[in-house]
Amino acid sequence: MHWWLPLKGSTFAGEVDGLFLAITIITGIAFVLVEVGLIWFIVKYRQRPGQKAFYTHGNNRAEVIWTTIPAVTMVALGLISNHYWVKIKGRHSVPANAYPIAIHAKQFEWQVTYPGADGQLGTPDDFTVRNQLHVPVGRPVVVHLSSEDVIHSFFVPVFRVKQDAVPGMEINAWFQATVPGTYELGCAELCGLGHYRMRAQVVVHSQEDYDAWMKQAAQEASQ
Amino acid sequence: MTTVAATAHTTPAHHDDRSFIRKYIFSTDHKIIGIQFLFVSLFFLLIGGLLAMQMRWQLAYPGQPMPGGGILPESMAPGGVILPEYYIQLVTMHGTFMVFFAIMPLLVGVYANFLIPLKIGTHDMAFPRINMWSFWAFFAAGLVMLSSLFVPDGAARAGWTMYAPLSARHDYSGASIGQELWSVSIILVGLSSILGSLNYITTIINNRAPGMTWFRMPLSVWSLFITAILGLLALPVLSGAAIMLLFDQIIGTHFFDPAAGGQALLWQHLFWFFGHPEVYILILPAMGMVSDIVANGSRKPIFGYHSMVFAIIAIAFLGWIVWGHHMFMSGMNPTLGSSFMVSTLVIAVPSAVKVFNWMGTMWRGNIQFHVPMLNAVAFVAMFAIGGLSGIYMAATPVDMFIHDTYFIVAHLHYVLFGGSLFALFGAIVYWYPKMFGRMMSERWGKVHFWLTFVLYNCVFFPMHILGMGGMMRRLYDPSQYTFLQPYQPMNVFISISAFLLFATQVIFFVNFWWSLKKGKPAPQNPWNDNGLEWSLPSPAPHGNWEKVPTVYRGPYEFSSPQAAEDFLPQYTKLPTDREPVRAPVAGH
Amino acid sequence: MRKLGAVAATGVVLALGLAAWTRQPPPPAQGGTISGKVKFTGAKPVMPKIDMTEEPKCKAKYTAAPPTDEAVIVNANGTLADVFVYVKSGLPASYTAPAPAGPVTLDQDGCRYHPHVLGILVGQALAIKNSDGILHNIKAKAKANRPFNISQPTVMTSSKTFDKPEVMVALECNVHGWMHAWLGVLPHPFFGVSGADGSFTLKGLPPGTYTIEAWHEKYGAQTATVTVAGSETKTADFNFAGK
Repeated sequence: MHWWLPLKGSTFAGEVDGLFLAITIITGIAFVLVEVGLIWFIVKYRQRPGQKAFYTHGNNRAEVIWTTIPAVTMVALGLISNHYWVKIKGRHSVPANAYPIAIHAKQFEWQVTYPGADGQLGTPDDFTVRNQLHVPVGRPVVVHLSSEDVIHSFFVPVFRVKQDAVPGMEINAWFQATVPGTYELGCAELCGLGHYRMRAQVVVHSQEDYDAWMKQAAQEASQ
Repeated sequence: MTTVAATAHTTPAHHDDRSFIRKYIFSTDHKIIGIQFLFVSLFFLLIGGLLAMQMRWQLAYPGQPMPGGGILPESMAPGGVILPEYYIQLVTMHGTFMVFFAIMPLLVGVYANFLIPLKIGTHDMAFPRINMWSFWAFFAAGLVMLSSLFVPDGAARAGWTMYAPLSARHDYSGASIGQELWSVSIILVGLSSILGSLNYITTIINNRAPGMTWFRMPLSVWSLFITAILGLLALPVLSGAAIMLLFDQIIGTHFFDPAAGGQALLWQHLFWFFGHPEVYILILPAMGMVSDIVANGSRKPIFGYHSMVFAIIAIAFLGWIVWGHHMFMSGMNPTLGSSFMVSTLVIAVPSAVKVFNWMGTMWRGNIQFHVPMLNAVAFVAMFAIGGLSGIYMAATPVDMFIHDTYFIVAHLHYVLFGGSLFALFGAIVYWYPKMFGRMMSERWGKVHFWLTFVLYNCVFFPMHILGMGGMMRRLYDPSQYTFLQPYQPMNVFISISAFLLFATQVIFFVNFWWSLKKGKPAPQNPWNDNGLEWSLPSPAPHGNWEKVPTVYRGPYEFSSPQAAEDFLPQYTKLPTDREPVRAPVAGH
Repeated sequence: MRKLGAVAATGVVLALGLAAWTRQPPPPAQGGTISGKVKFTGAKPVMPKIDMTEEPKCKAKYTAAPPTDEAVIVNANGTLADVFVYVKSGLPASYTAPAPAGPVTLDQDGCRYHPHVLGILVGQALAIKNSDGILHNIKAKAKANRPFNISQPTVMTSSKTFDKPEVMVALECNVHGWMHAWLGVLPHPFFGVSGADGSFTLKGLPPGTYTIEAWHEKYGAQTATVTVAGSETKTADFNFAGK
């Protein structure tokens, strides 16, 4: 069990995790200030006989300080976050040579269509497999997400990628896997009674293994 | 400096010859309406809790028969084993009951009704009969929602957020009339809220007592006022969306069904355009009442009163332009993701300002830890955590990971339970004497507080870890995922803490009900507070005052050099005070 | 006492009269029979294999050969299995079906429905059994009857009834997208499903002229007209052409 985030399995996992850590530090400082401050005040200023409270209506300088510092911090955070947001999800974020895979979400399965030997979707050598996402390591992959019925959400924790699959829309989500292995994909949007079991296996192969798998899977699919 | 004893100079009303039905059932008295909301909402709070207990059982022990589950029908839990479709009904109805039938009516239906006329110095609301209809619409809505659990094919089950097209089509959800009843009930809730808001806004603008200027109103009233404006503008959007959903469900329209030309995202935009102001409706009144209680407990004026007012207004205003942060992953244009991120990060600032001002109020105070103060300080501490966790979600790249995971569940419970519910525990105890003429037990209030505080953190803090591990929301059986199996012991820990937490609430409920008849008779001003309501006997009489009081100062004059006691009510006239310029309204 | 005796006697007489009045005439001994074969002509289509990798518990049950799609099952003798044959019209208006003997069982085993095509009487219980012990949901896409969608997360049996005739109700599991079954709901018991030898038999028919229909999920429906009298057996064959 992790006490922190899962294994970093994609190129932007490091960036997402880095941002997460930065926010933890910022909020951690605020957390300590507030909670320790509260405990300090509770102990120090608890009622005592003969003690009188300090009659004041506030302090404008304090207001300015504790408005400005959070505001500046939030703006900085926004600028940094936006940089990564545009890089990962922006309209022109999908790398040009990304390997295409089509995923059609349906109650309660993921129909994964591979482009076959020619590497292009929409050609006769495409084949579809249920609940198995195989990708090559070290290459950008773009998933063309669609949905048959309701809203589902494509979520691979180790890639840090998530994208809702919306009926009536075709949405692209890209990632680049960095660590070979077998992982899981889950549905992250309540889609009905089978939502909890709408899972798929994600296998990240080295390029040769991927080619071998592709050949074998294409053959099996055509039988 | 003159010494003034803070006894009542006001003239309570005492003529009341109404029948029992007029007095307690179909009452137009804002205080009775507030109490009616209180009893019914506490009932729904209990229902929401019972639904959650079943969810927690299933999460800790997936597929195991639940103790007592035998009473549930086969369609929900054969042999006591919760079915997946029942689980998502539990999830949906827990959220629905808690948001619409517990927290919102407890904060607004109870305290806007009870406090506003008392705290601004008037006899009742501007439109007492509309006020009564506001309660009965709520009551009808509650009955409809409750009935949906018992209809064929069960209750609505697309989450309290009711995303379409899952919610719009029976062949996708497996529910039938239960989904329709949800829509009908929500339309009635919207009506109740709108009728209430009309009253709150009109009464505050028009019927303040002489001397009660805008900036002498207590923060509880300010927050209720701003909340009422939010409600008036937001609830109609929800009602409109619910009507469209109902039409999709029963008369064959396709607003939200892409298969027939509709748009799935339309529901989300409409729902969250309402939904975000809604969450501010669920926190602002709590913040306002906490301000009143923290100032009282610290025996100090609220620090930065004007900043606090502007913060409330800023939060409400900004609350209209952040709704897309619920939709970062929805497939909407990523550029909108950037703009909503900015507005969301900005809205953190006024909330932070409020936290610092509460701390400033306690700083150099003379703090009395009565039960309301304990709960109010817990509010500040827990709301801070909830607010800080929100920053992770606001940062869109991080939200990519934590959206629709338990990190969000942790956040929302920190603000709604750690925040609003603790504030409500404090408020209920605080204004109980003015409602019922009795005090709740201080000792049992403290026991309840400490147990709740510890157990509540045991339940919800670990959910941040679950979310970071990638555990998705609304999962019937997390052990289906290999990567989630190691977290199962944590789920068990959370569930056991939750069962104990629920059991602890029995203490509060017993204290509440028992004290109605057996509590210590309450003095007029048990907390030595400054608000106008404390000038009346406990309980406050029908019509409040014969002649409304005059207001000479702000609401937080604690430890003032002008008084020997450490409080100085708004209505106490010192020799140095002048009468307000405005002539009293005729008939007041 | 006498009054009681008179009342009792009247009661007995009335009861006997009521029983006589409502008594069904006994069916003719055995009744008529329509039987036949469903032949298949043309190239036997190759059914795609079903990959059950995502459900190891089910995959493990197929040790001999991997499971294949059941949409078209052509038997070794050139006949078509899983064709639902039933009396579409021709029964006398006064005909009422006998009460069902018990439930019809639909089993989910190895992530397949057993049987793939079945019939049931209006009002008869369908016992839906989950022998796999993993989550299945049964979605009945009924049009004349009330549709339903229920889940069975463990070994259990759920019971459903249908109160209107409907040919055919599509059943599917959404957790295992390859699982399909077809259910015919009829107001009479004269139906059957062609088996491994392609034959069907409809027994116990009252004398009359009947329209029988043979329905297949891929190749559509065909009808035939048959007249039976007494306890004779008539043959009616069907021929479906592969595309």
